[in-house]
This record gives sequence, C-alpha cells and structure tokens, in this order.
Amino acid sequence: MQIRKVVKILLQLKQIYKVFNEGSPDEKVAINHVNLDLKPGDFVTVIGSNGAGKSTLLNIIAGRLTPDLGQVKIGGKDVTLMPEHKRARLIGRVFQDPMAGTAPSMTIEENLSIAYSRTTRRGLKLGVTRKKREFFKEKLSMLNLGLEDRLHAKVGLLSGGERQALSLLMATFTEPHILLLDEHTAALDPARAELITELTKKIVEEYKLTTLMVTHNMQQAIELGNRLIMMDNGQIIFEANENEKKHLTVEKLLMEFQRIRGKQISNDRAVLV
Amino acid sequence: MYTAVFGAVEAGVIYALMALGVYLSFRVLDFPDLTVDGSFVTGGAVAAILIVGGADPLLATVLAFFAGFLAGCMTGILHTKGKINALLSGILMMTALYSINLRIMGRSNVSLLSEETLISKIVDFWKGLKIDDAVAAFFTSIGLADFIPKTWGILVIMLILVFVMKAAIDYFLKTDVGLAIRATGDNEIMIKSFSANTDTLKILGLGLSNALVALSGALVAQYQGYSDVGMGIGMIVIGLASVIIGETIFGAKTVVRATLAVILGAIVYRIIYALALRVDFLESGDMKLITAFIVICALVIPRFIEFANEKKKKKRRLLESQRLIEANANKKSGENLAAVKTDL
Ligand SMILES: Nc1ncnc2c1ncn2[C@@H]1O[C@H](COP(=O)(O)OP(=O)(O)OP(=O)(O)O)[C@@H](O)[C@H]1O
Ligand SMILES: [Mg+2]
Repeated sequence: MQIRKVVKILLQLKQIYKVFNEGSPDEKVAINHVNLDLKPGDFVTVIGSNGAGKSTLLNIIAGRLTPDLGQVKIGGKDVTLMPEHKRARLIGRVFQDPMAGTAPSMTIEENLSIAYSRTTRRGLKLGVTRKKREFFKEKLSMLNLGLEDRLHAKVGLLSGGERQALSLLMATFTEPHILLLDEHTAALDPARAELITELTKKIVEEYKLTTLMVTHNMQQAIELGNRLIMMDNGQIIFEANENEKKHLTVEKLLMEFQRIRGKQISNDRAVLV
Repeated sequence: MYTAVFGAVEAGVIYALMALGVYLSFRVLDFPDLTVDGSFVTGGAVAAILIVGGADPLLATVLAFFAGFLAGCMTGILHTKGKINALLSGILMMTALYSINLRIMGRSNVSLLSEETLISKIVDFWKGLKIDDAVAAFFTSIGLADFIPKTWGILVIMLILVFVMKAAIDYFLKTDVGLAIRATGDNEIMIKSFSANTDTLKILGLGLSNALVALSGALVAQYQGYSDVGMGIGMIVIGLASVIIGETIFGAKTVVRATLAVILGAIVYRIIYALALRVDFLESGDMKLITAFIVICALVIPRFIEFANEKKKKKRRLLESQRLIEANANKKSGENLAAVKTDL
C-alpha cells in the first residue's frame, strides 16, 4: 500500500467531535469540531493545556476511540469505523508510559518480531529467524544503546529510556503511514528525554514519516517538525505553518495563547524553556 | 511403594497434558480459566462414548481434543464478545459443560474396562516388543525385583506423546501467532497497537488450552478404565498446583524451560499425591484439601520469603545508617548516608 506517494493529503480529520459521559453531570466535550489535514511527510507538533484533548485526538486517529461526529480519512479512505487493530497496520504509536509500548516478559528480539509483523497477517512461521535477527541488530545499532548485543534479554529488565527507545524503533522501522507520539518523552529524566528526542528526529527524517507528536515542551515543539498546532478545550486554537514556525518563540506562543483565550496556558508539565 | 510411585509417574505424565493446558491459559494468556473442570470431563466423555460406540480409540481421542477446543473457544467468546469477566466466563462454561457432559455420556459413568482403548492398544503393542521381559530380567539380575512394574509401555509412549506436544507448544509460542498470543497476556495495549486482534487471539489460546485439557481427560478415562461426570472436579487446582510446583522447582525463564517445568511439576504433584495417600490418617477424599493446601503454600511461601528478605534488608540498612550517624556525630549533613541509600 504505497498510498503515501500518490495522495496529497495523507490524514484528514473532518469535523471531529467527541464527548465523554454524554448526558451525565460530568459531560465533557473532549474534541469540539476539529479539522486537520496532514500531507505526506508532515511532522506536526501538538501542544496544549492539560485536558485540551490531545490524547483523545490521537486515540481517535488510532481507532482506540470512535468519534461521535465527523470523519477520519487515511490516504483518502474513510477509516472512521475501522477497528483499532486493523488501522494499526497503517499507524505506528509510542505511548507516554515506557511500559506501555513493549511486552516486558518477552525478549528484545521477540518484541521486535511482533513489531515486524505489524503490517502483515500473522501465521505459523517462526517469529524470529536468522535473517530477521540480522535486520534487528542493524536497526538496534542505530539507537547506540548496545541493545543489539542483548537480543535475548527480557524487555522488562531494560531501563525506562531503553524501553522507550525500543518502543520508538518498534513503532517506526516498518515505516508506518502515520506515526503518533503522545508525550513519549514525558516520563523520562532530562538526559534520556533528550536522547529519545534526538532519536525521534533522526528516525522521522530518515523514513520521512508523517508524524503527530504531542509534547509539553514548547521549545521542542518549536524546534521539531514543520508544523505546530496548539489545542485548548477540544479545539485547535492556533496553527503555525512551516514559515510561521521559523519565527516562533516560546514567548510568542504564550502571548498567542493569552490573546486567543484571555488566560494563561495551564499545563502542570509545561516546560517553558 | 515402588509400584505406587511408578503409577504416580505414569499418571503424572498423562495429567501433564492438562497442566500444559492450564499453563497456556493461566501463564501465557494470563487468563484464569476455570473451564478446565468441565472440559477435562468433556474429553473423557467424548472419547469414552465413541469408544463404546465402536470408534477407533485413536480417532475418539483426537475428537476429544477438538471437543475441548470448542469448549475453550466458547469461553473465549463469552469473555471477548459477551464482555463477561474472565473468571465468570470460565465458571459459566464449566457449569454448562456439566450438563453437556452428562448428555454426551447419557449417564454419569461410562465404563471402558471391556473395551479396546488407546491404553490397552499401547500395552499390547509394547508386549509385542518384549522389552519389559528384558528390563525385568535386568532388574532381577541386579537384585531389584521389587522395582519391576507391570509394563513400561504406557509410561514410555505417554512420555513420547507429552514431549511431542511440548515441542509443538514450544514451537507454536515462537511463531508470529504464538508471539502475539504471549504478548496478549503480557501487554494488551501494546499488541493491539501492533495490529493484533486480541479477541481472536484469546479465543484461539483458550481453545488450545482446553483442547490439551480434554486430550488429557480422554487419556485419563482410558487409563483408569472409565469416564465419570465428576472426574473433573478440582482439576483446575491440580493443574495450577502442577504449574506452580514445576515453576518453583525447575524455573520458568524461557518458554522451553517453563513447559518442561510444568510437565515435571505434574509428575511431582502425582508423587506427592501418592505418598500422601499412604499416610495412615489421610483418606482419598482429603486429597482436594491437600491440593488446595499445596497451591496455597506455593503461592504464599515465595512471597513470604521475599517479604522476610526485604524486611531483613531494610533493618540492616537502618542499623547501618545509625552506625554511620554515630560515627560522624559531628557532621550534620545527610551526605554520609548517601552510600547507604544507593543500595535501597
Ligand atoms: N475515557 C474518558 N472518560 C471520560 N473523560 C475523558 C476520558 N478520556 C479523556 N477524558 C476527558 O477529556 C478531556 C481531554 O482529555 P485528554 O486526555 O485528551 O487531554 P490531553 O490534552 O491529552 O491532556 P494531558 O496534557 O493532561 O495529557 C479531559 O477533560 C479528560 O478528563
Ligand atoms: Mg494526554
């Protein structure tokens, strides 16, 4: 399925609307008529306050949640009702929790093998073959963490940073049509977060992946990628394209938010540096 | 005594298939499946009624395997499609199977004593090989006449069967589907994000688990010479006991190791069972209590040891810190405690 090259718009969200606990006192409109188009190769960073709906939006794209209204199209094809596991053939994901993206009681090579068969139908062929092992080693060495020498180690024994690096590799080395990163460095200490950010940059560039990356680090959001969107209260309130993004600074972003919303951005994890 | 232990090993090998099934559901899928008590009997019932009806015992046994597969799939469907809690789906299926098993057999007990079964075929086949006589002669010659069991045939053939099944399970758990099943039990969110349909995988896994259980039931029925509607009661606990004993004694680092441990665990369990029965004041009815006790011990003791170790370690650390504080009474900062903190 080489839709990436043919189609001008790879991911299209039309009038997406999602409400939680409808009809109850704690009804919450998490996504309020959001439209978004991603072209092949776009790398969009997403920022916004807590509860803005960033994770919900990514979950809707991934198929973990179904929108109440609206349409999700990937490569021109309507996938709004396609179940999560089928859509996962097109989408790679890294979660915030380093524990979420890997199977702890299985070895590194077994985890990689599971990721390797993301795009295929699973059958009764051996998961780890000698040929695949070579391929895994080559890919792992890209991480510079020495994991290529620990193929038989259980993933549960790895540190959070190592696990997240592995998750990132597993989500990307089969070149998904869309890569979704939801604060995937948030649970790591600064040094490890830096490492994962560098890897993300390198991998996304190498495979030219179409990427949506949620981050609470504004500086990072400005530096990475070619587009930036800011969300608040279920809506995209601000967008910067490639040119506009070049002139953005954290101060300008904060001012922009205040101008639009008349209040300060509230994110307890926000890194303003 | 020796014959009792020999019989226990023989039975243990046959029950090991059931334990492997329990290993698949409890350990690999992380699904506490209670269907086992029912599907074990389903295997025995299907095999017995077919054999009495004149079917080839091998065919009857294979069909019992598939009957168990269906039962397991049903539990999986109740859980995944019906969104019923895992324990409850198993209990519901187990209860339903009780009636189904009665229907299959038409009565509560079917005798196989006068029938040709897989086991009797094995015994006959083995007699033809004349190996027993040779072994018996050998044991007698070295003065161990006590050791001579009736036949080695059942043990040898069943061992071969169990290890073939083990190899098949080991291989299966390394295929793409098998890896996905293991990941389903390990981290469901993760495997879903790698395009696996966890519903299907759970149904398949539970099907295979119960197929093994039913196969074991079919062989046990032929081994003991009857199928009884009550023969599955407490089977799940026996299976768990085997898995836990095996893992505790023999370790479960890799799949290959774990399946071996489960088989050995099933044999050890049967030996404990046989020895317990020889204790004067214990009756065979006490066995379920003993089994439950074994499982409780196996579950609690490792945790207790860990807890005790942890406590000891903490105490040691505390004392060490006090020693350091006294030694550096003049210093105020907590710096000197950093060294103790690192080995928290
Ligand atoms: N499963 C759910 N049930 C009910 N409410 C939910 C659910 N998931 C999210 N919400 C609500 O929807 C809103 C958007 O949540 P979401 O997780 O998308 O925010 P976010 O932008 O990712 O925030 P954060 O920066 O804290 O991760 C929040 O108010 C949240 O409480
Ligand atoms: Mg979030």
